[in-house]
Amino acid sequence: MSELTRLSISEAACHLESKNISSEELTIAHIEEMERCRDLNAFITETPELALQRAKKSDARRSKGENVGAMDGIPIAIKDLFCTDGVLTTAGSHILDGFKPNYESTISQNLRDAGAVMLGKTNLDEFAMGSANVTSYYGPVKNPWVVNDLKDRVPGGSSGGSAVSVAARLSLGAVGTDTGGSIRQPASFCGIVGLKPTYGRCSRWGTVAFASSLDQAGPMTRSVEDAAIMLQAMAGYDPKDSTSARVETPKFNAELVSGVKGMMIGIPEEYTLDSTSEEIRKLWEQGCQWLESAGASCKRVSLPHTEFALPCYYIIAPAEASSNLARYDGVRYGLRVDGDSLDEMYENTRGEGFGAEVRRRIMIGTYVLSAGYYDAYYVKAQKVRALIAKDFEAAFADVDVILTPTAPTAAFPIGDRMGDPITMYLNDVFTVPASVAGLPAISIPAGLDSLGLPLGLHLIGRAFDEVTLLRTAKALENLADFNASPSKVDS
Amino acid sequence: MSYLINGKTGNWEVVVGLEVHAQVVSNTKLFSGASTEFGAKPNHQVSLIDAAMPGMLPVINKYCVEQAIKTGVGLNATINLYSVFERKNYFYADLPQGYQISQYKHPIVGEGKIELDLEDGVTREIGIERLHMEQDAGKSIHDHDPKRSFIDLNRSGVCLMEIVSKPDIRSPEEAGAFLRKLRAILRYLGTCDGNMEEGSMRADVNVSVRHPGENLRTRVEVKNVNSMRFVMQAIEVEAERQVSVWESGGEVIQETRLFDVNKGKTRAMRKKEFAHDYRYFPDPDLLPLKLEIEYVNSITSTLPELPDEKKARFVKEHGLSSYDANVLVSDKQKAEYFESVMQYTPKQNQRDRDPKVVVNWVTTNLFGALNAVGKDISESKISAEQLGDLLDLVSDDLISGRIAKDVFDIMFETGRDASDIVKEKGLTQITDIGKIEAIVDKVLLENPDQVNQVRGGNNKAIGWFVGQIMQATDGKANPQLVNKVLREKLN
Repeated sequence: MSELTRLSISEAACHLESKNISSEELTIAHIEEMERCRDLNAFITETPELALQRAKKSDARRSKGENVGAMDGIPIAIKDLFCTDGVLTTAGSHILDGFKPNYESTISQNLRDAGAVMLGKTNLDEFAMGSANVTSYYGPVKNPWVVNDLKDRVPGGSSGGSAVSVAARLSLGAVGTDTGGSIRQPASFCGIVGLKPTYGRCSRWGTVAFASSLDQAGPMTRSVEDAAIMLQAMAGYDPKDSTSARVETPKFNAELVSGVKGMMIGIPEEYTLDSTSEEIRKLWEQGCQWLESAGASCKRVSLPHTEFALPCYYIIAPAEASSNLARYDGVRYGLRVDGDSLDEMYENTRGEGFGAEVRRRIMIGTYVLSAGYYDAYYVKAQKVRALIAKDFEAAFADVDVILTPTAPTAAFPIGDRMGDPITMYLNDVFTVPASVAGLPAISIPAGLDSLGLPLGLHLIGRAFDEVTLLRTAKALENLADFNASPSKVDS
Repeated sequence: MSYLINGKTGNWEVVVGLEVHAQVVSNTKLFSGASTEFGAKPNHQVSLIDAAMPGMLPVINKYCVEQAIKTGVGLNATINLYSVFERKNYFYADLPQGYQISQYKHPIVGEGKIELDLEDGVTREIGIERLHMEQDAGKSIHDHDPKRSFIDLNRSGVCLMEIVSKPDIRSPEEAGAFLRKLRAILRYLGTCDGNMEEGSMRADVNVSVRHPGENLRTRVEVKNVNSMRFVMQAIEVEAERQVSVWESGGEVIQETRLFDVNKGKTRAMRKKEFAHDYRYFPDPDLLPLKLEIEYVNSITSTLPELPDEKKARFVKEHGLSSYDANVLVSDKQKAEYFESVMQYTPKQNQRDRDPKVVVNWVTTNLFGALNAVGKDISESKISAEQLGDLLDLVSDDLISGRIAKDVFDIMFETGRDASDIVKEKGLTQITDIGKIEAIVDKVLLENPDQVNQVRGGNNKAIGWFVGQIMQATDGKANPQLVNKVLREKLN
């Protein structure tokens, strides 16, 4: 375990800047960790040669005084949902077998342009559909947090590989995507920071689509400051994505250390669930008290349509997915399983190429869009979606940020909840409302449960106000002073 | 003049509505930057978006929107300031996305109308239901290989306008007139080239029959008819088929049929070929299209003169008959040809050309000659300037009208100037009174019997003398002078 892998992005950037270390050294240290921790299955594809190449280039830039910013030379991991030029891109699915795009997603390109060094492509739930990283064709990812029962636990999902890569010190940061909680929930399960920006803040161009109106890329890091640094490199208007927001990109760390004095924190009444563990409820109260101790006020707010967020999400997301995934038909790229007719080829290819969860969601999505059901499901869900957004709007008239738990439980053992998709879907109950409303939200590691597993707190901000969100998150991070690390790292 | 089918149970009226797919004139596709040029090698005009590569996103082509608005204004239709692109989902090998992006509930153009000019000078108004924009699919080629099909994606993503008429059409002739008028309007606007042979205009025909005065009966859709003649034939045979179904006690079922060109019949498509549940829903990759009224107005103000306006102007400015004006404006190029003949300023004298003479020459002589050899006005070897020069030779009494027709024939073949032909062949009219007197004297001397007849009161014989003299001068003698001299000499 090298000291280099324990650095934060901001610390590493300082060392690179003062030439204490080179990007090459930093990168090698992480490549070694990746090799040592292969059993975690965090990566689908490792790209050590490419990483070293880019690290050397970064060092060369720096020696000429041409470094391009805080991410220059920083080794990171990229969720295997982003298309990367010349590098296998799988979306965790058998159906994209052998697919090497000849183009680079806007997000990974932006990070490349900022000098970041890609270590590899991280494992994920197939097409980002899952909350435990158990639906990947490339096998489940293991959470590096191992407690007394010695059970392998899930890292959360769908950005499980990215979360593990950061938590286990295999990379300094990682890119994830969040559709209903896919950044924040694994961040909570793995004891790291995960930020889902406002919908439209980060371009979706070149990212394999799950649910277009919800998908959003974001940073997964070990500190709030790192999240701000990484987001800075990722965000920005992209004319190639019609849903990308034409708004100015602020300095995300502008108010990072301004504290929360005088701020109003909203505590939504409806986020109290029977299924939420007592420990998490306590942590939530603790979070409140922490922020109050720093000069913020907490106030109960009502988000009356919260209970409909999850059903609404599980109509809209599969509906969009059923259509988005129609292009995987065996005709042009990826897997093809032949058949005696075109229809048979489709059936064979898609039957073998998609896993059970993806097939389930395609079927749900196809059903809710079908003639006769469209109004009852899809149209109604869109109406509910608008009501949920209104709930938040009303709440944000009174408060600056909303505080909730990130997930109702800590990480659970691999194999649990597999038989019951509904229970699995409940993992996202606290993260989905912000997704449906398109709002920025962040999970911050805030404590350990009685078993010693990390738990996250979740902050939701106003649309395009990541600055305030990050400022509150930074304060909460300081107050929680979470410094535990997974056993895998301590060993 | 109504079109009725005489059945055993009385007369049947035909009710027809057309759905015309018109390819928008635009250099690039509706949602990608790929070229739309006709005739490129297969799969040479395909962007990553058109091939539906993972992560690709559509971006609306503003020019296509402008073209659709222009067309809407040209169809006297409402322009909807709010329209929505939806996905029409179905699987086919030449539909890479697995869905076609189209407009469904909220088209860009609403109700409008077209005025038809029918053969007998009657006009009829046909309502336009809507116009929407959509992507074309690629092309499947099944006859190159016994086992495999080939896919050409050059057309994939090309912008089409679907123009839907109201069921106002009552005969095959009206359907033909509708298509001709629509094509003329599109060509005037430059929004579609209207070439049915290249597939840039295709029609689906909705046909039903009823006894006059009845409510509408079940309609049948005849798909993809790709020439005006076939549209008219399809209506005729389909209407007759329906009449015989009704009259034999059967019931016409709502279905989709194909027109078999070789058999001259329609046949039902297999249910599989059309029984799709398209699962339309708004495309989450595209925001609703919102137009500013100022923008629409700015496009409206740049619209060229359209056939109906041009016709009215021709009648008013040039005193043309409604019939002649119709013949000219039915084709923008024909109208332009006429106008250039009219507008060209003669070199020698500044006299205006007589519009009635010009229209007669243009429509009867030129169009007649072109029709006879199956050529288009754009292929005419006689330019408007040249035709004008020819007419000036006549009006300046340099050649006679009859000689002009011979000269015209030579010009039509060779494209040479009239004055050159006249000079070379010595066709200049004889207007020298002395010369004419000498010829007249000679002819009178040779035909004493006829002279006596005239003098005996048979005025018809004067005509015979005119003929003789014209013959003797190869038609070059000025007929008015010949007449004058003859009458003087014979009195």
